[in-house]
Amino acid sequence: MIELVSAARCIECDRCIEVCPTNVFDRTAGGLPVIARQGDCQTCFMCEAYCPVDALFVAPDAEPVPADSPLRDEQHLAETGLLGSYRDKLGWGRGRTPGARLAIGPALPPPRISSAATAGAPAVASPDAPPLV
Amino acid sequence: MSTDPLVLSADVLVIGGGPAGTWAALDAARSGADVVLVDKGYCGTSGPTASGGTGVWYVPPVEESRQKAMDSRDAMGGHLADRGWMRRVLDQTWENMNELAGDGRYPFPTGPDGTQLRRGVQGPEYMRIQRRRVKRAGVRILDHSPALELLTDRSGAVAGASGYRRQADTHYSVRAGAVVLATGGCAFLSRALGTNVNTGDGALMAAEVGAQMSGMEFSTAYAIAPEFGTVTKTAYYNFATFYRADGTVLEGAGSQGGRSVIARALLSERVFCRLDAATSEQQAAMRLGQPNFFLPFDRRGIDPFTQLFPITLLLEGTVRGTGGIHLAGENGETSVPGLYAAGDAATRELICGGFTGGGSHNSAWAMSSGTWAGRAAARYSRASRRSGGKLLPAGGAGLRPTGTPGRPDGFRDVLAAVRAEVHPYDKNYLRHGDRLAPALSNLNDTWGWLRSSLTAPGGDVVAARQSAAMVAHARWMYTSALARTESRGMHKRADHPALDPAQHHRLLVGGLDELWVAPSDWRRDLGSVAS
Repeated sequence: MIELVSAARCIECDRCIEVCPTNVFDRTAGGLPVIARQGDCQTCFMCEAYCPVDALFVAPDAEPVPADSPLRDEQHLAETGLLGSYRDKLGWGRGRTPGARLAIGPALPPPRISSAATAGAPAVASPDAPPLV
Repeated sequence: MSTDPLVLSADVLVIGGGPAGTWAALDAARSGADVVLVDKGYCGTSGPTASGGTGVWYVPPVEESRQKAMDSRDAMGGHLADRGWMRRVLDQTWENMNELAGDGRYPFPTGPDGTQLRRGVQGPEYMRIQRRRVKRAGVRILDHSPALELLTDRSGAVAGASGYRRQADTHYSVRAGAVVLATGGCAFLSRALGTNVNTGDGALMAAEVGAQMSGMEFSTAYAIAPEFGTVTKTAYYNFATFYRADGTVLEGAGSQGGRSVIARALLSERVFCRLDAATSEQQAAMRLGQPNFFLPFDRRGIDPFTQLFPITLLLEGTVRGTGGIHLAGENGETSVPGLYAAGDAATRELICGGFTGGGSHNSAWAMSSGTWAGRAAARYSRASRRSGGKLLPAGGAGLRPTGTPGRPDGFRDVLAAVRAEVHPYDKNYLRHGDRLAPALSNLNDTWGWLRSSLTAPGGDVVAARQSAAMVAHARWMYTSALARTESRGMHKRADHPALDPAQHHRLLVGGLDELWVAPSDWRRDLGSVAS
């Protein structure tokens, strides 16, 4: 869920208010968008992707994280490189290569059924399996 | 503070701004229509494609490749798909994807032979481009404007819709010559990635003007996600081994062909997973291929290749099931004049049968059916004489209770009631008549009281309407599921485990207060296109 709007980074462009598909943010008189309806957040990461200054952070949890979670700690998120990491992977932002241009996944192996006999064995795609894009 | 409602008119109104809606809007506009597109959220981020991304059924027009593509899911779909429709979708998808690469300048990756790989799209990029293209085509977009109900003229033809602009706290109405429903399927607010805007609103609106549903029994889609999270991208679980809490292997579990084993285990224990079959080269490629797959792991400090992590299954209902609004013709026409359906709002049995359309078919269907519905709606709008007369609102449940209005937050009770009947694996996934029948009975009771009492003030009217739409959806699902006394496609009945050749037909279902279900002779009616 959305956990952080960084007052230090936010440029008050209100882009997050505009793009959030479930209308989680509200405008405020002070300018800084507020998380007004966290319970409506569907943890889709789209606000983060669209924030031009990496001021937002979406924890991967479907429920709010505890108040003392490092996923709410801006300094921790900045130091670990998590803040802005999704936008970086998408290659959005000036001077970046769109991630879509690099998005060639592995050829998918055939369906794999768990069994003690084969656990951990490498999955081998058939030679004509196309790479997943 | 509410202000005066916004009143617009257009040739074509498109409801929903995901892939199907944007292609419909684009092609209606290019056919010369004046188009308004309304989205519940934001056209560009709304829905599972935008946040998820998807493979695309993009197959070169080479007969051998096309045959192989059409054969691939035929048996899994219970032989309910249709070759004529598959061919049309493959042709249209080929065209649309090439246009996305050309005019759309989508940055497809380049393969080793120097050609672009166009078998998939990253959602954020695709939908950002689609929004830009729609705007450039002159389409007026209303974001954060959930449609609440259709409007009809005196003849019963659909002639617009009205809704609520939640960021302006005001209502709106659009008078239109034709309406395209591209509202997506229904995942019952499960938080499967990007699906919480998909609450089945379009199906309810369509049923209220007399449209029918088809294939609603094919609604048992559940996706693997980390237990704590929402990322339901399942392709990479082909590299996984599944475990019990004590570290022993959960025998028989698998992403494909073993998902029901996971569901059965989850009824009584936690299930864990590790992507332990991926080589380091494969791991590196996975990170490039689907960066969003790794968000939950990287943010929680989990290495999914070496560490066990708990998983769950999130309901995807008719988003990755195949049921939806029945089409009465080749161009997205419903059985109601002026009303068209495209994308996941419409049935995808035509190309998937009873097997999931997830992965590649749904995305191909979205862009193809969107294009057809957009063009056809523009033609219909041009040809029909636009009535200037009064339009009648068609909405009932959640808007206009037939009895004494109940508590303003009654929708919360409705949500709890519908969740209790559709999310549990032992009701909707591991189906048995003994559990489906009481579940349907409870849903019918819920419908009874919500129809007579449910409404909500202000913006909560959207939540009330959504909750009603989900109850309607679930009732069609279970009515069809009970009628199909066999196992076919994704619909598997423990009490009828075999495929019954006598039930080689599609099931139509409909009604609101009273439900009906009937086999459709799809080989003779318009559900089959001559190859």
